[in-house]
Amino acid sequence: MNFARTDRSAVAQWWWTVDRWTLAAVGGLAAFGSLLVMTASPSVAIHMHADRLHFIVRYFAVLPVAMAVMFAISLQNPRTVRRIAVVGFVISLTLLIATPFVGVEILGARRWIEVGGFSLQPSEFIKPCFAVVCAWLFAKSREQPDFPGQWIAVGLFAVILMLLIRQPDLGMSVVVSAVWFTQLFLAGLRIAQAAMVLGLGAGGLAAAYFTLPHVTSRVDRFFDPASGDSYQVDRATDAFLHGGLWGVGPGEGTIKQSLPDAHADFVFAVAGEELGLFVCLVIVALFAFIVLRGFTRLLQENNLAVVLGASGLFVQFGLQAVINMASTLHLMPTKGMTLPFLSYGGSSFLALGLGMGMALALTRRRFGGEPT
Amino acid sequence: MTRPTDDLRDDPCRPRHYRPPASAPVPPEGPAQDAIELSHTRLLITGALFLLAFIVIGARLVEVAGFKAGDVHFASSRAAAKPLATRADIVDRNGVLLATTLDAPSLFANPKLIDDKRGAARKLAAILPKLTESEIYERLNSDKSFVWLDRRLTPRQENAVNRLGIAGLQFQGEGKRVYPEGHLTAHVVGYVGVDDNGLAGIERSFDQTLMRGDQPVPLSLDVRLQYILRSEIARQMTEFKAIGAAGVIMDVRDGEVLALVSLPDFDPADPGAASPAELFNRAALGTYEMGSVLKIFNTAMVLDDRVATLGSSFDATKPLQVGRFVIHDYEPKKRWLTVPEIFEYSSNIGSARMAAEAGADRQRAFFTRLDLLHAPAFELPEGTPLYPNPWRPINVMTIAFGHGVSISPLQLAAGASAVVNGGVYYPPTVIKRTDGTPPNGHRVISATTSTDMRRLMRLVVEGGTGRLAGGSGYLIGGKTGTAEKDADGHYETHKLLSSFLGVFPINDPRFLVLVMLDEPHGDVRTSGFATGGMVAAPAVKRIVMRMAPIVGIPPIDQNSPEIRRSLMVGLPNPQGRKLAAN
Repeated sequence: MNFARTDRSAVAQWWWTVDRWTLAAVGGLAAFGSLLVMTASPSVAIHMHADRLHFIVRYFAVLPVAMAVMFAISLQNPRTVRRIAVVGFVISLTLLIATPFVGVEILGARRWIEVGGFSLQPSEFIKPCFAVVCAWLFAKSREQPDFPGQWIAVGLFAVILMLLIRQPDLGMSVVVSAVWFTQLFLAGLRIAQAAMVLGLGAGGLAAAYFTLPHVTSRVDRFFDPASGDSYQVDRATDAFLHGGLWGVGPGEGTIKQSLPDAHADFVFAVAGEELGLFVCLVIVALFAFIVLRGFTRLLQENNLAVVLGASGLFVQFGLQAVINMASTLHLMPTKGMTLPFLSYGGSSFLALGLGMGMALALTRRRFGGEPT
Repeated sequence: MTRPTDDLRDDPCRPRHYRPPASAPVPPEGPAQDAIELSHTRLLITGALFLLAFIVIGARLVEVAGFKAGDVHFASSRAAAKPLATRADIVDRNGVLLATTLDAPSLFANPKLIDDKRGAARKLAAILPKLTESEIYERLNSDKSFVWLDRRLTPRQENAVNRLGIAGLQFQGEGKRVYPEGHLTAHVVGYVGVDDNGLAGIERSFDQTLMRGDQPVPLSLDVRLQYILRSEIARQMTEFKAIGAAGVIMDVRDGEVLALVSLPDFDPADPGAASPAELFNRAALGTYEMGSVLKIFNTAMVLDDRVATLGSSFDATKPLQVGRFVIHDYEPKKRWLTVPEIFEYSSNIGSARMAAEAGADRQRAFFTRLDLLHAPAFELPEGTPLYPNPWRPINVMTIAFGHGVSISPLQLAAGASAVVNGGVYYPPTVIKRTDGTPPNGHRVISATTSTDMRRLMRLVVEGGTGRLAGGSGYLIGGKTGTAEKDADGHYETHKLLSSFLGVFPINDPRFLVLVMLDEPHGDVRTSGFATGGMVAAPAVKRIVMRMAPIVGIPPIDQNSPEIRRSLMVGLPNPQGRKLAAN
């Protein structure tokens, strides 16, 4: 793809101003995702007595839509991004509130609602929108001390957290809280206050351990595998072992067939078995690159709202990858969390397109006069 | 906040090396500037944390995928994936295969991969006789992706299915338990269920050992003797129209069971088709009032405890009235009988008087010593003996001639072995004693009593109730038994349990042969009699004649002085000369 520098169309301007390295890294992840969904999902689909192409068809149906969403949003300027985020936030918050009443229950949690034949998970969409909205609120209250943006953000956060815990969706709560805290921290929260908020967070997690039975069980199983069924994690470790340095080759994996979540939360283990250690390191590097490159670009950004918004989006993206890979590698208790762009997942994939689109838009090289 | 930068933006010809700053050229001032700078500093911290997290993940990846290969913790699943050991073989004492496992793949289908389901069903029906075409079609015409078609195919069937070349048909490796000797050893070897778990016999009692699969389990059976025993018993059973029969051949020197037969029997490859009567092991699990063969124990007890000697006599002139019971003799002699005569002619009256002399305590203690009052620790399911409680005087008298206690033929054989082998009881076993040394036995009678008992048992064959076991050319001694079966509290005259327990060579006992027929019916040749001496003794004789060459016992001149001397019963008879066993 090439555009003349003189081309003043929106697409041409986008091409010259967007971070093409990040774009390439996202493309690389999507390529790995396309490969893995083809090798990992048929056995899962067959176990579910679905067609063997079930997940493949859906992945490739959602992939172009997510990419189109990402592209369309990354064309926008920061002000439009903010507006999209506000609208998206209002819609998804409404849906999130409605979920307990109209949602469908899957595996003991009520997180999905049916919209025109698709199941949507509103909490996936609220994550990026909330990050951008919060960033704007924090920045605004910095610039206009009389504007109570911080307090609005605290209130919104409390509402969302309550809704998520009621679902219950602890993984999502942790990510939303971590992103929100990072933004608060970047916005200049005093160290003492930060320590206090962190303490509250730790207390919350401890409370979750003692009050939510499935959290108790997962944490116990992590620290003492003998105390319960650690089947998936054991299998995942076997998969990495089986793959060794170079992997057994795409489609040649055998342990993946006994991984019930091979296509989703444990897709990284399939990568380990079939593509091997070195390719897995490349995948880790791609995630690290996207996050750190995003941060690096933000160091030259002078608009606080943009810094906070984009870093929130990158933190969310990176945290999701870190949590998924760490639990697949048995570094932390298993947590239902998809690996961005590699795992199968309709809502999370579209939301990723939305979030990454907003991040790309915010990290585009801007010249004076663009509305923020 | 930002300064117009039109000069740069509007100049398409600006030099490439000149890059405008990434954002607004004019930095903000005052508090806003501080906020931005603080956020940049903290962004660096956040970035460093992320970098650390990714490095940890990378390191963990290297650890797991690169260096963990030998870790025991992660080897667990590979152990599970290892194919299960093939179930071990069961062999006889000479290594003849009694049970083995052959590869027999099971056929399943993925109907989604089969296009022409009708055609596939038609072709498969020709190969799989257990299924009809419509049954196969029904299974193939499902929306599942896995259906079993048939388990445990033969190699020929496997080949035929492969030659069909139909995609979607697959095999799963399985073992099929095969019993080359079929019916012959069914009651000892037992059988397995559909998942190769032992359900009966040695297959059940040695299930764990067999599943480990390291080496074959050798039985003490000798299939050659097993065959002789089964064929002779089957012959008697047919001839005398008995409802069942059992037989045991035992090595009296160590309690090893060389043959054990229960008829009717079954095909261990298809135990589901067998009736309960066929599955029932009469030789080990069935307990019976065995009748006069128990006089072996009664006489041994009386002699060993010196209640009487070979010279003692007991009144058998008329039936013995005990309370409301009357004890008769089958062939009444109507005179006083010596102990050898009581044994030889199987006098119930004399035996009852001998037992009464000994008393209940002695009798009970003796039976306990011979392991007759509880199920012995045998490798096959054992029937629990029945005995009276309390052990009253009338019981003492009836037990003397084998009514009032129920024991299994196997227990009888083990106890009688002890009586003839010099007086040491060895627990019976169907597992080959591999170390060559006899097991720990315990003495039950003295060697002298044992010698006396052998001579008495020879008398039975020479001139007593067991005459039809004589004349074989081998020195057989034994005892007949004819019991009336207990039916609802009374004994039925026409339902008999007839047996003969033979031991040979009786001057130096090696083998015990027990034959028992359940409800035999006399025929013309036996003048209508169905006693143990008539129906069982001839079978024992034939068995001995057939097995002696195999076990290496030469025929003997029974009139040689040496043999006569060894079997002389040492007592002065009324005529004042030695009574020879003749």
